[in-house]
Amino acid sequence: MLAYQGADQLRRFGAEIYTVNLLGVGILRELGVLMAAIIIAGRSGSAFTAQIGTMRVNEEIDAMRTIGLDPVEVLVIPRLFGLMLTLPMLTLCANLLGILGGALMAWASLDITPQQFTRQLQSALYPWTFWIGLIKAPFFAFIIALTGCYEGFQVARSAESVGRLTTLSVVESIFLVIVADAAFSIVFSMLRI
Amino acid sequence: MSDRSSEPLIRVRGLVNRFGNETVHEDLDLDVRRGEVLGIVGGSGSGKSVLLRTVVGLNRPVAGKIEVFGSDVLAASDAERRELEKRWGVLFQDGALFSSLTVAQNVEVPIKEHFKLPLRLMDEISAIKVGLVGLPADAGEKYPAQLSGGMRKRAGLARALALDPEVVFLDEPTAGLDPIAAGGFDGLIRDLRASLGLTVFMVTHDLDSLFAICDRVAVLVDKKLRVGTLEQLLKDDHPWIHGYFHGPRGRTAQAAEAAAAIPERSAAPV
Repeated sequence: MLAYQGADQLRRFGAEIYTVNLLGVGILRELGVLMAAIIIAGRSGSAFTAQIGTMRVNEEIDAMRTIGLDPVEVLVIPRLFGLMLTLPMLTLCANLLGILGGALMAWASLDITPQQFTRQLQSALYPWTFWIGLIKAPFFAFIIALTGCYEGFQVARSAESVGRLTTLSVVESIFLVIVADAAFSIVFSMLRI
Repeated sequence: MSDRSSEPLIRVRGLVNRFGNETVHEDLDLDVRRGEVLGIVGGSGSGKSVLLRTVVGLNRPVAGKIEVFGSDVLAASDAERRELEKRWGVLFQDGALFSSLTVAQNVEVPIKEHFKLPLRLMDEISAIKVGLVGLPADAGEKYPAQLSGGMRKRAGLARALALDPEVVFLDEPTAGLDPIAAGGFDGLIRDLRASLGLTVFMVTHDLDSLFAICDRVAVLVDKKLRVGTLEQLLKDDHPWIHGYFHGPRGRTAQAAEAAAAIPERSAAPV
């Protein structure tokens, strides 16, 4: 999609080959990790809120407290670590598939062969282009997991509340991830990366 | 079990609970004596469950002092709090079992949290508790979603009894149970009190439970508790208390207790 739209504009300058640059940089720095994070916010963030919220309705969290279990230790920490480990891996997948898809598209409609694609890509990418996207992943994961769990604990004792706060947590997660992404952009541009 | 002292097990003084503009408890006092079954009753919304939650430390009151086993619950250090948790058990409405664990695993949770025991020993203890509350042996492998309401409550009680507590808090234990199951649960509490020397703090709406097993009853009226034996409360002339015990349901419950024996704890299906 990015390749298609970008190529259209670059064609005016006869610069279609730079579509590859657009693709490589765009996906590895930004879109791979952002898309992965948004999907995970919808899938896991909402699941955390619903799971913990339902436990609140069921008084399971109160029961934990009276037994001496710390709900944060038992419920939040594992989810936090789990997400911080898996989102980077998912980001890698997203990056790979994004570039693959872009390459196929470039071959199909721009007549850029895979060999040309690879060569252009290698010239377009700095070593850290890859890492910039990846390094954002655990931070995004932290935001998503924390928001999901937090809203779960906010659930009041009704099913309606579970539904409402699940939706709220997804919206909040996505918003905060985008804000964080913007903050990263500013930081990176100050560091001239 | 002999009385270790005449000190009350639980002592509440000057409790004030307020939510927004609504004061639920005002200057509330309560003593719970060792070995007694105390029933807490009151109108809907009068704050019975809030009282239970405050005593076990789930709710922070605006003012007041709460002592359990001589320790100040509200000011307890982490270590003191852990000691308290080993000596009490709480049964929430509908059991509040951890839904991703089997019944046996649920019962093991308090044991695992407070002690380091070999797994086989914990399994044995868990099985004993499951049997103690009248559940069939195969209930241990079931998940809470597979149990009936009555079985869930018994499983919740098994977990509350996992560490052989001295006092159990019950939040409306017979709510939602059919009369046979409710009677069975009353009998279970009575038997456990006799054999384990438990002290029982029971929030309830169930008049039959009150007449069947409670030694004393505390009525939440006017944001305070009026405590007494059933004989005393039957003579009380406070309008709400009078209506509660002498209304048609109250009189029926009295008559039922007088006339019939409560069913013994049995393997009655629940």
